[in-house]
Formats: sequence, structure tokens, C-alpha cells
Amino acid sequence: MLSSFGITVSTISLLLSLSLLYLSYYDLKLSNNKISKKIYKFAFSQILFTFLSFITLIIAYVISDFSLINVYENSHTTKPLFYKISGAWGNHEGSLLLWINILVLFSFLFLILNKDKNKNFKLYTIIFQNLLISSFLIFLLTNSNPFSLLYPTPTEGMGLNPILQDPALAIHPPLLYLGFVGSSIYFSIALAALITKVDSKSLALTIKPWVSVSWTFQTLGILVGSIWAYYELGWGGFWFWDPVENSSLMPWFLMTALLHSVLVLERRIGLYSWVIILSILTFTMSVVGTFLVRSGILNSVHTFANDPSRGLFILSFLALMVFSSIFIFFKHAPVENKNYKIFSKESFILINNWFMVFFLAVVLIGTLYPVFLDTLTGQKISVGPPYYNFILAPFLLPLLFLMTSGPKHKWISSNVIGIFNIALFTSIILFFLIFLSIKEGGLLLLLILLFSMYLITQTTFDFYETFKNKNINLSRIISHFGFGLLILSISLNQIFSVEKSFNVRLGDEKNFQNYTIKFNNLETFSKNNFKSVKGHFEIIDKKKITSQNLTPEIRVYNKPETITYEASINTKLFSDTYLTMSNISNTDVFNIKFQKKPFMNFIWFSVLLISFGGILQFSRFEKRA
Amino acid sequence: MKKKYLVIIYSIAIFVFVVLYLSLNKNNVYTTQENIGKKISVIQLDYFDKPGEFNIQEISNFNFTLLNFWASWCGPCRKEHKYLVELSSNSNLKIIGVNFKDDKKNAMEFLKEMGNPFFILTKDPEGKKSVNFGIYGIPETILINKDLKILKKYVGPLSTKDVREIQRIVKK
Amino acid sequence: MRILSFIIIQLFIITISYGNESKTYEILKNLRCLVCQGQTISDSNSDFALTIKEVVTEKVNEGLSRKEIYYFLSDKYGDWILFNTPLKKNSYFLWFMPYILFILGGAILYIVIKKRTEKIK
Repeated sequence: MLSSFGITVSTISLLLSLSLLYLSYYDLKLSNNKISKKIYKFAFSQILFTFLSFITLIIAYVISDFSLINVYENSHTTKPLFYKISGAWGNHEGSLLLWINILVLFSFLFLILNKDKNKNFKLYTIIFQNLLISSFLIFLLTNSNPFSLLYPTPTEGMGLNPILQDPALAIHPPLLYLGFVGSSIYFSIALAALITKVDSKSLALTIKPWVSVSWTFQTLGILVGSIWAYYELGWGGFWFWDPVENSSLMPWFLMTALLHSVLVLERRIGLYSWVIILSILTFTMSVVGTFLVRSGILNSVHTFANDPSRGLFILSFLALMVFSSIFIFFKHAPVENKNYKIFSKESFILINNWFMVFFLAVVLIGTLYPVFLDTLTGQKISVGPPYYNFILAPFLLPLLFLMTSGPKHKWISSNVIGIFNIALFTSIILFFLIFLSIKEGGLLLLLILLFSMYLITQTTFDFYETFKNKNINLSRIISHFGFGLLILSISLNQIFSVEKSFNVRLGDEKNFQNYTIKFNNLETFSKNNFKSVKGHFEIIDKKKITSQNLTPEIRVYNKPETITYEASINTKLFSDTYLTMSNISNTDVFNIKFQKKPFMNFIWFSVLLISFGGILQFSRFEKRA
Repeated sequence: MKKKYLVIIYSIAIFVFVVLYLSLNKNNVYTTQENIGKKISVIQLDYFDKPGEFNIQEISNFNFTLLNFWASWCGPCRKEHKYLVELSSNSNLKIIGVNFKDDKKNAMEFLKEMGNPFFILTKDPEGKKSVNFGIYGIPETILINKDLKILKKYVGPLSTKDVREIQRIVKK
Repeated sequence: MRILSFIIIQLFIITISYGNESKTYEILKNLRCLVCQGQTISDSNSDFALTIKEVVTEKVNEGLSRKEIYYFLSDKYGDWILFNTPLKKNSYFLWFMPYILFILGGAILYIVIKKRTEKIK
């Protein structure tokens, strides 16, 4: 029942999308100033039916309707309600439906929130957005239908992979999609602006809120994904430079570049073409990421079930999108005003863009190079964290420095502000205080520490100035402060991390550095969907004379059959203690891995701060509008 | 000028899309096929049921050697065992077994039940020596010639097709 | 004097043993687990990873250098096992292209800024 209902509703929303295309195209030729009422009505029904299809899928999950293949393959009656709901977007088909919902949501919001904009500009945006929507709906209905019927109806489902049953992972896809699928709207706006020759100021004002919103969600989405990896995967890391993670980072770099260059476009006429190129590239990178994740051409930690026919569809779509955007761009390329002068602040923003595009290029090359090499020559190589760290880390130094000094420059001709100011002085003192407690760490890492501290102190001083001067951009200060804190915490985390693994038997006691680990007890128990072996360990810090109990687990889930290693993490303000355990086959020996992970909370907090800046930016815009 | 840029950008894009398209149909499961053509290392393997070591270099006495890594706990090994028994009748080929991370008693029972195709049987209870042969999961089977060169490497259980291939090579 | 030399030797021993261990961890972090999608050997609990961990520990204790250990493993399992991509003919593009792009981007930026700032003066 739900199957045919879902298919009907999705088909209706495809038809509505196609009608919107027709209506908008027809409306372009009419001479009235306002968009016809019909389009609003259709757009409203479109969002209604698209939401309805998504809700249908969620209901199917909640009531465990196994007549849907998708529900059968990814759910189970014994699963908690929360994970039944989140299971709806924890797989390819369901998440594609979420993708489409966000495309439609942004299209609708654009239509109703920009009432007084140029009519044709709006209509073209709606046309491009609906081209995207209908393509993805066709993909959904023909290739990846979440409502496909299964007959005869099984009585029980196959269950959701236990590592996906995690609150962080439940909200991760919606956040991330609001980010990078949200970028579709400025892709459409940019193309529409090219065709209708909208002036730079209104282009800037139109895309700015969308850029801030999508950037904020993208940042939050990446954060939640990292948190999940840290707590659930049990490897003690939070970023692995895995192709799937890279796919979420690539659009982020471009959004960040866009967020900065829009500031220029808003005040002055420069950078018009550049902003358009960035807008097109951002969504292109989002689709590239989607292609990489779902086509299965990459070996990744986070596997989606793969199917080449999906890859083929997304690739064809991507090709069509890229070729037509290039064509439109060159056909309607705006004539840049040659007579405008770049001021110092603009130079800094362009330098920011230079770095962001560079970071994007590195991540893109690192991710795709093995695929290209394999396809062209048959040689297989791996590119991993050492590559990214080696190439990217040195460039953090100038980036941090520019983030500190760049924003101090005025829009119109500025005096160079003294480099040796009070902030730098303070940060050097702070740096030496930290340096005294560090006995190791390379020169580069130490310099990164120093520069991030400079950024932190400078932005702190700036923050105090905002009380005196209301014109200072608070969102910039908070985001930059957050970034400084992020780099500082990651560096300190690198320097002070402790890692040690042992082979132990029950009752063993191991000593190393200042710690003693006792293997006190081993407990086996079973819950309704898994069996567990739980180790009880006591960790004694001899220096601080404290002790803590940690209980890592090995779980064997039965639906589907999976072994997971549950880390036991004791989170303190400054440092986490992280313990994992695995058994060595056919023996009573366990391999345990002890890790001290300092400043993890600071890492999460600083990313929150970064995204908070984005929220402030948005509210600032709202006030002005 | 504009046209030149357009042509350059289009060609780059077409190149990228063609490569990505080709990559779609590639199998991305990694196997250590690069080892084919290399010489095997000098390794001493412990005999399975007697003291002493077998020097792998000694297989240069045989025309062809099939080195098979197996264990009684490994399901696919059970599946391919009949092929090994079939191949063991070939006089031009000697099969050397490496019992991998196994319990001796279980392994003996396994052979009793399924037959023993091995000309020489060795063991690697910790799995560390197998690293020298690029083993990362069992069963794996390596075909080696008189010059100690690796001719074929089969990851996973042997199939009928693999057996025919081995027989064809060995006959020559 | 004797005390001093004793302290030095002690320090030396500590650094050597500590060095060996962190060297092992560093190597394990740069190896790819072949049987688990994209995970490092260090992070993995698979049987294969545990074996490689032991083999690397042994080799480090035998006094082999990082280079020798990477060479040994890539000889047996191919370059696929190395996450720190070795600089070879097939990876020149990978290692140098980012720098070329960075310089290229900088040059374009420099020209644009210079052109634009001079125009009005």
C-alpha cells in the first residue's frame, strides 16, 4: 500500500516539477512584472508532495512495512524508534529522497523569500533549480526507488548496520545535505544571473544568505560526522582523509571562498565573474562528491552499497551539468569593468580565495589521482593522511597569518597596521609558556602553534573592540577565533597524544610511562540484538594519583551479522582517555589500545564557534534587509 | 581568445569524464597480482608434523610447485580442497601446503576427512612467515616454476577455471 | 664523571626504546589494511592487521630503518599498502601538481592585483 502511494506521490512531484519548468518558461515571455500566481501555487504543491513522499518513507520505516525492499534491507522490528526513523535516510535510496527534498525546499524558499526581485532572474533560477529536481526525481524513480515493492512480504527485515545506529549519524546526513545540496540554489541563481545580466550588487545580496546558510550547515555536518567517527569507529581519530570525508570538505572550501568574495561583490562591482564561477563550482563539487561516494569507484571507510548504474546516471548528469554551465558561462560571459581599483582588503579576500582553491585542488588531486592512475595505467597506489598533512600543513602558516592581519585592513586605501603589535607580543609569551611544557614536536608544528595563538589573541582583542565600535563584523571575529582555536587544539592534540597497545590476558597488569593498566574482569552478556564481551579495566595515573574504570566491548550483532569494537571513552574537559579492545583469534589474549586524546572537546567546540559565525552572519543580513 | 579557453576547458572536462566513465567498470577490489613475475623470497618454513625446517629454495628441484595457504577453520579452503586433490595427481607439479594460523589437531582431522594432496606440508602458526609471500587472507595459492619465479597468484578459493589454467601451464 | 656517563647511557636507552615504539606506531599509521576498506593497519583489528603489526614490531626491533620496512612491505603487497605515497615516476604529478597550481594561482592573482591597482593611479 505504502509502496504504490509513495510512487504515486513522487511521480506527482515529478510532474509538478516538469509543469513548473513549462510554466516558468511560458511566463518569461509575458510582459507582466510579477510572476504569475500559478507558479506559486504549483511550487507550493510541489513542496507539499515532495515532503509527503519523504514522510511516507519514514512512516514505512516506523511501522516496519517490509513490502518495501528498502525498508526490508535496512530496518528491523526490534530497532529503537529513533533509529527506525533515521534509517530512512541511512541508505542510498532514502538519502536520495532527502537530497530531492532539500532541492525542493531551497527552490521554494527562494521563490517566496525574494518577492521583489527582477522577474526573469527569478524565473530562470526556478527553471534551473527544477531541471536539477526533475533529473534527480527521474533518477530516483527509474534507478533508485525507495518505494520498490518486495513480494512476498517478508516478516522480518535485515536490520541496519549497527555502526550507523548512532545519534550523531542520524542527524549527520540532513545537516550535510542542507549544506551541499543547498548550494544548488546559488548554482541556479548564478546561471540565471548570467542570462538575465543582473547587476553585481543584487547578485551579491541574493546569494549571500544562501551561502551563509549552506556554509553553516556544511560546517555542522562535517563536525557531526567527525564526532561520529571519533566515538563510534573506535580508532581514536576524528579525521582520516578518507575519500568520503574529502567529498564533504571539497564543497566546503569553495563555500568558504564564496562567503568571502561575496563580501566584495556586495560593496563594489569587482569579482562578478569570479563569484559566478565559484557558485557553479560549489554545486559541481557537491555532485562530484556524491558521484565518488555512491558510484563505488573508491575504496573508502564509509561504504555505501555500490552499483555502477547509479554511478553512470550521476556521471551523465554531472557531465550534462558541467558542459551546459560552461556553455552558458561563455555565451553570456559578463564584461568585467576594467576601471576598478582593487583595494587592500579585496586583495586579502582574493588571497583567501587563492588558498581555498588551492586546498580544494590538493584534496581533489589526492582523492582522484589513484583512480586516474589505475584506470589509465593499471598501477594501484594509495594516497592517505601523510600526503595531505605533508602538502597542506605548511600552508596553514601563511593562512593563519593572513587571517589575523587581513581583516584589519580597511576597505578603502589603508595604512599597513604594524605587524609587531600587542597581540603578537602576547601570543609569543603564551607560546613560550606552552613550549616549556613540550619536549618534542617539529619546527613546523611549533610554528603552527605560534601562528594560531597569534590569531586567537588578535581576534580576542578585536572582540573587545566590537563593544566600542558597532561596525566591526562580529561573525568574522568568532569564525576566525574558532579556526585559530581549532588549529591550536589539533596541534596540541597531535603533540600530547599518547598511544600504546598491549596484548593482555585477564588479570594482567601493565605499566608504562605514568600509567598502570589492570585487566580486572571480563564479562559476557547478550542483549536482544547483540552479544557482547566487555572488559573491565582500571587505569591508574601515577602522577596525578587518580584512577578510572574503562569498559571497552566487542559486540557481535546478529542482524545483520557484524562485529563492532566499542571504544570506552572517559571525557574530561582537557583530555579524553580512550580504550579499545579486540580479541586475537583462537586465544584468550586480547589486544588493547590505550590512547590519551587531549583537547578533543576544544576541537568540537571550536568548529561549533566557526559555524556560529555563519549563523551570526545570516542574522546580520536579515537585519539589514 | 574566448574560443581558445572554451576549447581547452572542454577538452579537460571531456578527458576527466572519459576516465571517470572507464573507472566505473573497473573492479576495485585489490589483489596482490603485482607479485607475478617476481622471485620468491628465501624463507625457512617449519614442517607440519616433524621437527626441522623446509627451505623454500629447494622447490627448484621440481618443475612446478603450487604453494597453497590453508587452514581448517577457513570455509573456502574446504571448497577448493577437492581441486588440490585433483591436481596432486599431476606428476609435473608438486603441491606444498602451508597450514596457516591453525590448530594442529583440527588440521589433521581436516586432512583425514578431505584427503591429503600435499607433497610437503609446513606450518605458519603465527602467520608471520606468510607475509613474505604477500598473503593477506586465505586461501591463497601461488604457482612457482623451477626458477623460483611466481607465475600465477590466486587469491580466494581455486575454481575449475583456475585448475584448467594450472594444468595447461604445467603441461607445457 | 661515572654518574654522568651513567645518566647519559640511561637517557640514551630510554630514548632508544621510546624511539623504537613511536617509530613502530608511525609506520603502522602509514600502512593500509588490505582487507578493510581504506582503514590503516594501526586502526584496524582485523587478523591481517594484527599480523602486520607484529611483523613491523619485529622488524623495528631488529633495527631495520623505516625505508627498509616500507620497501619490504611494498615488495610483498605492492605500493597499495603504503598510505604515504612514495615519490616515483607514477606519483610525480600527485606530489608536484599542488605546488605548481599554487604558484600558478599566485601568479594570476599577482597580475590581476597589479593591473587593477595601477590603472587608476
